[in-house]
Amino acid sequence: MFRFILQRLLQSVFVILAVCLIAFSLFRFVGDPVAQMVGQETSLQDQENLRERLGLNDPLITQFGRFVSNLSRGEFGFSYRTRQPVSEMILKRMPATLELGFVSLLISLIVGIPAGIYTALKRGVLSNAILIATLVGISVPTFVIGIFLIYLFGVELGWLPTFGRGETVQIGWWETNFLTINGLKSLLLPAITLGIYQLTLTMRLVRAEMQDVLKTDYIKFATARGINYRSLYLNHAFRNTLVPVITIIGLQLGGIIAFSIVTESVFQWPGMGLLFLDSIRYVDIPVMSVYLVLIALMFVGINLLVDILYFVIDPRVRSKNARATQ
Amino acid sequence: MIAAWRRLRVENEFLYLFINNRVAQLAAFVATLCVGAAVLSPWLAPYNPYDIANIDLMDSLVPPAWSEGGDERFLIGTDDQGRDLLSAILYGTRLSLFVGLLSITFACVLGVSVGLMAGYFGGRFDTIMMRIADVQLSLPAILTALLIDGIARGILPREQHDNLMIIVLTVAIGLSLWVNFARTVRASTFVERNKEYVQASEIMGMHPLRIMVVHILPNIMGPILVILTVDLAVAVLLEATLSFLGVGVPPNQPSLGTLIRIGTEYMFSGEWWIVIFPSAMLIIMIISINILGDFLRDAFNPRLR
Repeated sequence: MFRFILQRLLQSVFVILAVCLIAFSLFRFVGDPVAQMVGQETSLQDQENLRERLGLNDPLITQFGRFVSNLSRGEFGFSYRTRQPVSEMILKRMPATLELGFVSLLISLIVGIPAGIYTALKRGVLSNAILIATLVGISVPTFVIGIFLIYLFGVELGWLPTFGRGETVQIGWWETNFLTINGLKSLLLPAITLGIYQLTLTMRLVRAEMQDVLKTDYIKFATARGINYRSLYLNHAFRNTLVPVITIIGLQLGGIIAFSIVTESVFQWPGMGLLFLDSIRYVDIPVMSVYLVLIALMFVGINLLVDILYFVIDPRVRSKNARATQ
Repeated sequence: MIAAWRRLRVENEFLYLFINNRVAQLAAFVATLCVGAAVLSPWLAPYNPYDIANIDLMDSLVPPAWSEGGDERFLIGTDDQGRDLLSAILYGTRLSLFVGLLSITFACVLGVSVGLMAGYFGGRFDTIMMRIADVQLSLPAILTALLIDGIARGILPREQHDNLMIIVLTVAIGLSLWVNFARTVRASTFVERNKEYVQASEIMGMHPLRIMVVHILPNIMGPILVILTVDLAVAVLLEATLSFLGVGVPPNQPSLGTLIRIGTEYMFSGEWWIVIFPSAMLIIMIISINILGDFLRDAFNPRLR
């Protein structure tokens, strides 16, 4: 197991370095960093001095090494647009995105898993209705769902706020929505919008896996033994669907981070996605490249975690690997 | 009659399945309608929304003809600049479908070429391409498309943005969708490669390129067609999303996503029609393509028969 994790860790480092290289070439070759920093009346001599001082004339490999070491020390440079440190900008936005993502993941799992189990076990009107609803859930774009929710609950009924984070509470540098009623209400619509697509994915996957497992011999045998259905479905069948379900949760976290860009734009939610979108609009390369590296770190971290979880959950993976390493 | 049915089932299983699937027929009908409306929009639309001479700011935000304050010249109302909404939607659908089809064709050609070569030759090319595919597959398509779009904005001169945006958009969406084609084609080519007809062609001294394109490709068309349909919906969705976010098509040529974005600004003041009608069009189009994609997937999947 140790060897397996080490192997994965090496792979992850490789991926991160590759993404850093992309981010670095973005930073270095898209637009001229010096031209972005100086005014128009700066003389060519001054520009050349600045170039020398920033080390832009060094060999590329040295520059790349410096870029990575700066990143690893948390020095992300300054935004071209606001002139603030990028690290500060992202750190300030991060809690908003993480809280939004967490709640929508929670919604997608709490609703998606039971709905998947139900539609796999029962056939009938309700089951069909849920399945048709998922087709709609996959076909309707996230931003349209958001708009309709705003129209229904914000404009027509006027129940929920549709703009921004509402009242938040500051804990250290972390700004949270969870501690005020208004904050929780503001969180609701964006989280549902972001969660619906993931919910349909979870549900479809759990359903397909349950159906596969229910066809296996051991379930037939367990039915023949007369085990009560509740225990049969939950302890015998559902437990064996968990491995693919964990994979999909891992993938979903990625999807949630990506689609938070869209949701944050619809609800003007001040998170990292909105920051990234602004940086694309204004070609703010430092923010773009740092966002890219952070996203890559998150994805790699999630994948690593999923791999390790396999060991904890599935004894078959453990024994196969143990044999392979001997 | 029954004999003819039986024969059809054996000879053209695909047509047989289609004739027996009402939902797929309906979806095909709706999809054809959408494509027809898009292609014929210059003749169908009452006005040309790109022509400034037709636009009068006095006509802006007119509600649909049947509601209070409506104008019978504009069947479903006008947008914020006085464009006839029906015409704008027809032209917008055309642009959305055009970008969607163009980018999926790009993704298909790129993905199928890479997949064929990786599956046929194997070796280092295969390893490298599949590594890239793995990394890209872990990133959602929307993120890849946004990133490519952003990079293009940085590289291209600012004055050129509006002219080149459609090409940039096509490349961005195409590059974020090629992986599906490449992986599937590679897997199928791998299987075909060891069959006797390929070996026979090799012994005859046929050029590998000819073997791949003339002999292997026709045998793996099924899965390609399925991905083409399923991912067409994804491409249309991506275009709409990017345009909605304001980094897609230029504002003087609104696609469905752009219209929806404009509509959201007026939703709060009660002008619901600008957002509702383009959204409905987009949803209908995507649902019908998705249903067709599901049908094709089931039809080509021998396990389900």
